[in-house]
Amino acid sequence: MAAHINRRDFLRLAGLGGVVFASGLGYSASAATSKGGNLEEFYWVQLSDTHWGFEGPPVNPDAKGTLRKAVQEVNRLPHKPDFVVFTGDLTHTTDDPAERRKRMTEFRDIVAELDVRMVKFMPGEHDAALDRGKAFREFFGEPSYAFEHKGIHFIVLDNVSDPAAMIGDVQLAWLKAHLAKLDKDARIVVFTHRPLFDLYPQWDWATRDGAKAVELLMPFANVTVFYGHIHQEHHQMTGHIAHHAAKSLIFPLPAPGSAPKRQPIPWNAAEPYKGLGFRSVEAAAESPSKYELTEYPVSKA
Amino acid sequence: MKMSTRNLVIRSIASALAVVLLVGAGSLVFAKAKDKGERVISIKVKRFEYSPKEITLKKGVPVVLELKSLDVPHGFNLPDLGVRADVLPGLTARVRIVPTQTGRFVFHCDIFCGTGHEELEGAIVVKE
Repeated sequence: MAAHINRRDFLRLAGLGGVVFASGLGYSASAATSKGGNLEEFYWVQLSDTHWGFEGPPVNPDAKGTLRKAVQEVNRLPHKPDFVVFTGDLTHTTDDPAERRKRMTEFRDIVAELDVRMVKFMPGEHDAALDRGKAFREFFGEPSYAFEHKGIHFIVLDNVSDPAAMIGDVQLAWLKAHLAKLDKDARIVVFTHRPLFDLYPQWDWATRDGAKAVELLMPFANVTVFYGHIHQEHHQMTGHIAHHAAKSLIFPLPAPGSAPKRQPIPWNAAEPYKGLGFRSVEAAAESPSKYELTEYPVSKA
Repeated sequence: MKMSTRNLVIRSIASALAVVLLVGAGSLVFAKAKDKGERVISIKVKRFEYSPKEITLKKGVPVVLELKSLDVPHGFNLPDLGVRADVLPGLTARVRIVPTQTGRFVFHCDIFCGTGHEELEGAIVVKE
């Protein structure tokens, strides 16, 4: 508890705006967790869309340095996160399977420098869509899975290994069976790459069968989704479920529908790394549907 | 809430445009369209280009789009009109459109097809 208070004090002193999102509608703070135990405070860090292997100086002249800087930033956090999660597009796509593996090797070596106990991965379409996740599995394991951590049930959904950007009936059946084992007031966090709802289908910011996953999750009172893909911070509700998109670590994209085309926002030398960053997510003990999100920029150092 | 509004708008536009999607019964669509003398527009798709890339239609005049892939599986997704189809090598996908509203409506590939996938898009322009 003392560490938690110190961390909050640090955030306040550092001027890093924490944003509290309560996705629930006044659920009792004493609600049971997925294991039926007491809620526990901790935090994790979400990094996303690192696109290792991307080259494009007008968009990011430090494409080979940004991920390394983010790793250093995470290691400099005053309190170690319980884990780090990468929500897809670890590497930039390539038609060459050997080059894909080279990029995954380099990415894995860089993030091995993270000074945390646990790192979780999932693919984005750039990693997995061209070979249905074959290379990703070789390097990072299964693209969908679940795990428990301090009273939260984490579910990783793969909506990219199918090049049609679908979760698919097999995975949906797995999700349904998996959820059937949980209490309706279980504390559930979903990690995925693409939005599970139709954020902006005109830019392919959707998952074709994402609504089926949301429908399966809807009976559960305490569900929050964290995803990537759109290279910007974004927050939206589908009913009582909150969906939080993360910034990229390679280039930002325009707000949904705000530009004629979905094209990277050019690098601004006056404000380098603007729009890039990562976030921490603190699981609050007082409510099973409450998370404190803090956005961190990428520093020049 | 925000999403619901957007979905509602998309659904309303799609409804207003009175789009009919009949991919599964493509041959039937084609035969009926031919009987009615409707215009059939052929679109070729390859990595990473639709040809033609821009199609101009007249408001209220139905057309059938006939899509063929020249290489790998592609998608044809026109969200504003509620139209999508798989465009698979060796097969012909057909969609019938009755444009009832003027404007420029972007379509894109929604089956990840390679390094230039995100640039594979085109537009339907509907005029009076």
